[in-house]
Amino acid sequence: MLTARLNQLFLLAAEEGEHAGAHAGDGGWWADTAGIMLITPFIAYLLILFFGKRLKYEGGEIAVGALAINLVWATVLFVMNMTGGVLDQTTFEIARIGSDLVFELGWTVDGLSIMMYFLVNFVGLLVFIYALGYMEGDVRVSNFFGSFSIFAGAMLILVGAPNLIQIIIGWEGVGLASYLLIGHYWEDLDNVKAGNKAFMTNKVADVGLILGAILVGLAIGDFDFAALSQAAVDQDQALGAVAVTGGLLLFFGAMGKSAQFPMHIWLPDAMAGPTPVSALMHAATMVTAGIYLMARVFPLFHNLAEEARPWMIAIGAITLFAIGLLALVADDIKKVLAYSTVSQLGYMMTAVAAGGYTAGLFHLFTHAFFKALLFLGAGSVIHAVHSNNMSDMGGLRRFMPTTYWTFVVGSLALAGIFPLAGFWSKDEILATLGHEGYTTVMWIAIAGAFVTAFYMTRAVALTFFGVYKGHGEPHESPNLMARPLVALAIPSILFGLLNIPGVKIPGIGNFTEWLGVRVVAMGDYHPESINFGLAAIGLVAALLGIVLGWMIWAPDKETQKERDKFDVPVLYPLLRQKYYVDHAALGLVGVTTGPLARFIDWVNTYIIDGIVNGVGALVRGLGSFVYSILDQRGVDGIFNGLSAAADGAGSGLRKLQTGRVQQYAASFVAGAIVLAVVFVIVI
Amino acid sequence: MLVNQFLVLAAALFSLGVYGLLVRRNIVLILLSVELMLNAVNINLIAFESMILSAGATGQIFSIFVITVAAAEVGIGLAIVLMIFRNRRSANVDDLNLMRW
Repeated sequence: MLTARLNQLFLLAAEEGEHAGAHAGDGGWWADTAGIMLITPFIAYLLILFFGKRLKYEGGEIAVGALAINLVWATVLFVMNMTGGVLDQTTFEIARIGSDLVFELGWTVDGLSIMMYFLVNFVGLLVFIYALGYMEGDVRVSNFFGSFSIFAGAMLILVGAPNLIQIIIGWEGVGLASYLLIGHYWEDLDNVKAGNKAFMTNKVADVGLILGAILVGLAIGDFDFAALSQAAVDQDQALGAVAVTGGLLLFFGAMGKSAQFPMHIWLPDAMAGPTPVSALMHAATMVTAGIYLMARVFPLFHNLAEEARPWMIAIGAITLFAIGLLALVADDIKKVLAYSTVSQLGYMMTAVAAGGYTAGLFHLFTHAFFKALLFLGAGSVIHAVHSNNMSDMGGLRRFMPTTYWTFVVGSLALAGIFPLAGFWSKDEILATLGHEGYTTVMWIAIAGAFVTAFYMTRAVALTFFGVYKGHGEPHESPNLMARPLVALAIPSILFGLLNIPGVKIPGIGNFTEWLGVRVVAMGDYHPESINFGLAAIGLVAALLGIVLGWMIWAPDKETQKERDKFDVPVLYPLLRQKYYVDHAALGLVGVTTGPLARFIDWVNTYIIDGIVNGVGALVRGLGSFVYSILDQRGVDGIFNGLSAAADGAGSGLRKLQTGRVQQYAASFVAGAIVLAVVFVIVI
Repeated sequence: MLVNQFLVLAAALFSLGVYGLLVRRNIVLILLSVELMLNAVNINLIAFESMILSAGATGQIFSIFVITVAAAEVGIGLAIVLMIFRNRRSANVDDLNLMRW
């Protein structure tokens, strides 16, 4: 039986940086019913399953409707959190081990989860609307929207999770949806392999997540994030003993989902899925789940697992720079964006690991808008030219003006050009790294900004400038696809202004304050005023990237296939082969699992199969006895007898049915007379 | 005393109806016989009502119901007869043994 209880969470005033959380409300009815958001996508899934095929968009409108309902809640909560702060948690106990280890499900409503609710539902709704146009005429539209709805629901379960158990449920749910959608075109074996690769890589990482969750949860006797944060702030002894191991295990889980080096290998292959999937799952939301997890358990790293942080920063720094370089050699436009996503996730991970809770999450927030925009723009281009390869594109700015200018806006935002969104969030990360003393990493991040601008210039130049090299006449996408691009371009331009260091918008504060509404304020670093020097360096690096990129890939009359090279002797082949990480990983798996697999095969063939076959023979003998004696003679005999009796009775009685109406009437009258006589005699 | 003669009349009418129903071969005449039987019932209803003198004039109201239903029944019945005659060129019940087993 479900017992509902409302956890009223108490704020702990921290020594520093206490924000709007100090006077947060409980969100009232909207927070109490926020769980609806976690359910509607699954209801939509069932409706699509049963009725989807009959509708005009084959179920897409149901998925859009579910997210539209969700967006109402997300927006109301977002605005409430802006103006006063919302802090609330509703949980249901589902199981109990012993007397004090409780498993609960429910939903948290605080600054972090509200930000994610808004992000998932807002970007999700736009991508779903876009997908209505993009998927029209596809082989399996209902399947697509069903799986996409599962993703939205699982993602909301993940971001609304009040404890580690629920986050694992959501985590596996989005993994499943990712697998289903990457393999959406399963007629092509490569897509199936890409889905498998994503699923397997994530599964390896999930082991870390599950072990870490169990380790940390058992140490404090509670899986709740509030309890975990509290224990971390209180420097709990039991938690301290497992903090580094548990923290690194959780980080290992996050590395898989958030595609950190060297487990990034699945994300570029995941581009085999339809483009809306790449936009929403493999750029804007799902891959940020790892960052979200790191932010949720931020107090653990901030107060106890300090030793884990250098490792996380190192991984993040490698990811943001080295994987960003790979975007320079990819010909598939979606892979360029995929490598870019991995690189940006590296930024976020580095920032969160370095103590920049706000910085990492702000970059997550802005990145979701402009990266979804870029992917949708790429989808629009692919829709027009029927190829993923930039060597088939070129000169498209004349054919697709809306796609062109929104893509340029997204690229500039991603490159971090003032005053677009990416500029502010990247600058905040640089400021955090500088302030926390990670100077080397800060310079790597600045170099990463240069690389980002470099490869985005390449993508824009090869796609939209020069001469068209593909087949047919490309055309602008329909409104259903073009309008979401515009809708995403606006936040990509403006949302950076939500968190200008030191600037508070009157009445609603800024992004830092909204995120500050949380159970335990653990005091992350965020700059109090804008650091003009650092901002200028970052901007110059980005501009340099654009200028240099333009010099190399500037359009001219000649075919761009020859120019699209990055003619550095060692680096180019290294990048083309993706640093051999894929080979290494697959080789490692082959070497280690081969003998093991053969041994298990032997056990399987001779021992398990033997047992199974023996049991099977036994059951078969028993079955034939039951069949021939009990069933054939006993049960069937009874039923055959009954049916023969019914048959005989029927053929006798049917003689009465002469078909002569007057005979019927005569017997009717005779019966009435008999009854009348009986009536008279008896009474 | 007073009611007996009406009951006898009704019984005679009803018996005539039953006779016609069972021996006539023409469907139209069978329908007429049914009408006779219904009217015999109506006479009974009125007779008993006048004997009992019920407050709500129950018998008269029932007889009006019976007349109404009879009218509807004859309408449907004649329609059926018409259709049968069109299809089979006959209104003789002996020819209509389609509903046999």
